[in-house]
Amino acid sequence: MARSSTQRPTRVGPTTTTQSGPLDIDALLDDPTTGIIVCCGSGGVGKTTTSAALALRAAERGRKVVVLTIDPARRLAQSMGIEALDNTPRPVTGVDGTGTLDAMMLDMKRTFDEVVMAQASPEKAQQILANPFYIALSSSFAGTQEYMAMEKLGQLHRESQAAGTYDLIVVDTPPSRSALDFLDAPERLSSFLDGRFIRLMMAPARGPAKLMSAGFSLIVNAMTKILGAQFLKDLQTFVTALDTVFGGFRQRAQQTYSLLQADGTAFLVVAAPEPDAMREAEYFVERLSEDGMPLAGLVVNRASPSPSGALSAEEATTAAERLRTQDATSVAASLLRLHADRVRMVEREGLLRQRFSTAHPQVSTAVVPALAGDVHDLDGLRRVGELLAGGGA
Amino acid sequence: MKGAASPVARYAAPVSDWGKVRLHVVTGKGGTGKSTVASALALALATKGKHVLLCEVEGRQGIARMFDVDPLPYQERRLTTGLPDADGGRGIVHALHVDAESALLEYLSMYYRLGRAGRALDKFGVIEFATTIAPGVRDVLLTGKVYEAVQRNARNKGAIEYDAVVLDAPPTGRITQFLNVSNELAGLAKVGPIKSQSDTMMTLFRSPRTAVHLVTVLEEMPVQETADGIADLRSVQLPVGGIVVNQVRPQDLSAADLAAARSGELDRAALEDDLRAGGIEVVPDLVDGLLSEAADHAERRALEDSQRTLVAKMDVPSYELPRIAGGIDIGGLYELAGLLRAQGMA
Repeated sequence: MARSSTQRPTRVGPTTTTQSGPLDIDALLDDPTTGIIVCCGSGGVGKTTTSAALALRAAERGRKVVVLTIDPARRLAQSMGIEALDNTPRPVTGVDGTGTLDAMMLDMKRTFDEVVMAQASPEKAQQILANPFYIALSSSFAGTQEYMAMEKLGQLHRESQAAGTYDLIVVDTPPSRSALDFLDAPERLSSFLDGRFIRLMMAPARGPAKLMSAGFSLIVNAMTKILGAQFLKDLQTFVTALDTVFGGFRQRAQQTYSLLQADGTAFLVVAAPEPDAMREAEYFVERLSEDGMPLAGLVVNRASPSPSGALSAEEATTAAERLRTQDATSVAASLLRLHADRVRMVEREGLLRQRFSTAHPQVSTAVVPALAGDVHDLDGLRRVGELLAGGGA
Repeated sequence: MKGAASPVARYAAPVSDWGKVRLHVVTGKGGTGKSTVASALALALATKGKHVLLCEVEGRQGIARMFDVDPLPYQERRLTTGLPDADGGRGIVHALHVDAESALLEYLSMYYRLGRAGRALDKFGVIEFATTIAPGVRDVLLTGKVYEAVQRNARNKGAIEYDAVVLDAPPTGRITQFLNVSNELAGLAKVGPIKSQSDTMMTLFRSPRTAVHLVTVLEEMPVQETADGIADLRSVQLPVGGIVVNQVRPQDLSAADLAAARSGELDRAALEDDLRAGGIEVVPDLVDGLLSEAADHAERRALEDSQRTLVAKMDVPSYELPRIAGGIDIGGLYELAGLLRAQGMA
């Protein structure tokens, strides 16, 4: 039975009492043994921008980098001077220094089609590509993106090992409904293929009808009643046809999984200083350590900038109220209110981070202050890279 | 834009813009606060004598966390009471956590009385197959249960008839696919009961009794995604509701003051005098800090104003909610509910 990643059996407490310091991004990027950086985290925390900024910074520090993104947002492509990203790595121009940067976006359907065509005979491939189950699975099934991200990462790695094209791959993971779907991809695939249901579906096609037990005909009858006979027929064709293809695919997914566990890989968990995003980040950290994945650290994006001066939120609020009673439009009162808000935000965010580091003291953290505007060009990405590396203020 | 509510009008209930709507679907880009808005909307809709159901479908137990109650089962539970109206009357908010496995088993027993076969399905891994691997089926099961809560079925005896159902839905990028169930099943189940049931569901989802509200913040990417989401929904005839602009910064500084703050021309001496009048000990550090915070704020406000213009061009009713600096707690949810009601969203 596949483990549902939303139902974790237990949590994992602190593994040490020593607090590790801030995350040294430049050391990570400069280390020639770092071959893969995986950015994971929940949706809306700036994961894609972080990946692109890391890739650019690594390239400008001399690495040969490719960034694999999942986000179809054209804005990001444009910020790297590419009109639209696709399934092939495209060079980014305007990168300073001796390194190089290529960018690509995962096209899950095309990647899936390529796997099918590489694995099956042309005739069988056509049969699979035309099957309605395959079409639905390859274009809209919620888990396919994760499988295909793994597949593409494996491909890129094998190619660059062979041809020396890249020495660093930065991967932006899909904003999964359940945060760790991509880690579960191989396991879910195996359980899908080894499941009793699939074996039953394939049994009639394989020959002896002895498996057509009472239980099975009961199921077939029930399903035919609910779904219609055509549904079952399509499903059966699909499962039988995919049998050979999936075998090779599963093997490669497992290879990619081992690749992720290896020393050359570094996971960065990306979060925003909000309770939900930090909770997700905790799940990531715990799950990664459980699976023995090399965790490099936590990136907290969008942190509120610290206020200067020692005026507390309470003092500022009291003074603002006093001023408001004298002059309802007082500018000073408005500024004091802004100050009070900022102090409260910073306190709340600080508390969240502190709780996190108490529970997970081994995780080093980089805090990136919120930018007032959005990123539009390489300069914007460069700026984010500087902030990631601690060159903020 | 309808503007921020004045404190006086706060809990009065003007005529709702969505009086005919039974199913409120709340979506939004990740991180914009769609769960918060869905919860606040449910509180706002629960006026005197009304029963409102708040549903979640993504297995995150966000409702339980937000309202600080035990994790929700696959069962409708009384959650809390609605936001009181001017006379203190209030309705009841119920909550439901929909998961695909339970929805399938319930569906099978409701329609097929599958005693032995139902168990056999489970034993042979069909339930697991249908809910995790079979494309589209998961979404159909989740939306199917939501449909059943809106359009109560005679087979579900003794169930509460809700005046409104609020769905904390998947994010904007997935919402059209999620609701467009008959399309997801097209080509898979061409005939049979599932097909006709998904067609019935689509009839409700496309009718004026459904509204898909989009939550955004005034930043480029979320606003762009909102525009794309509206276009997607319209392309498959799903009814677009309102745009809820969340986490809006305070707007009490005048345009002239904002301009001065950005260019560093705020009157420092006047500010220092005012601070003293407010009882604050004035040190240069503090004044520098306030002025630089004012400049940051002015830049943010400029971004918000430009994005607000884009939201206004989308030609959809919009509602604004302030950013709550201390974080959202239960009190904060009722406060937001009051603002939604005052602006006519509920």
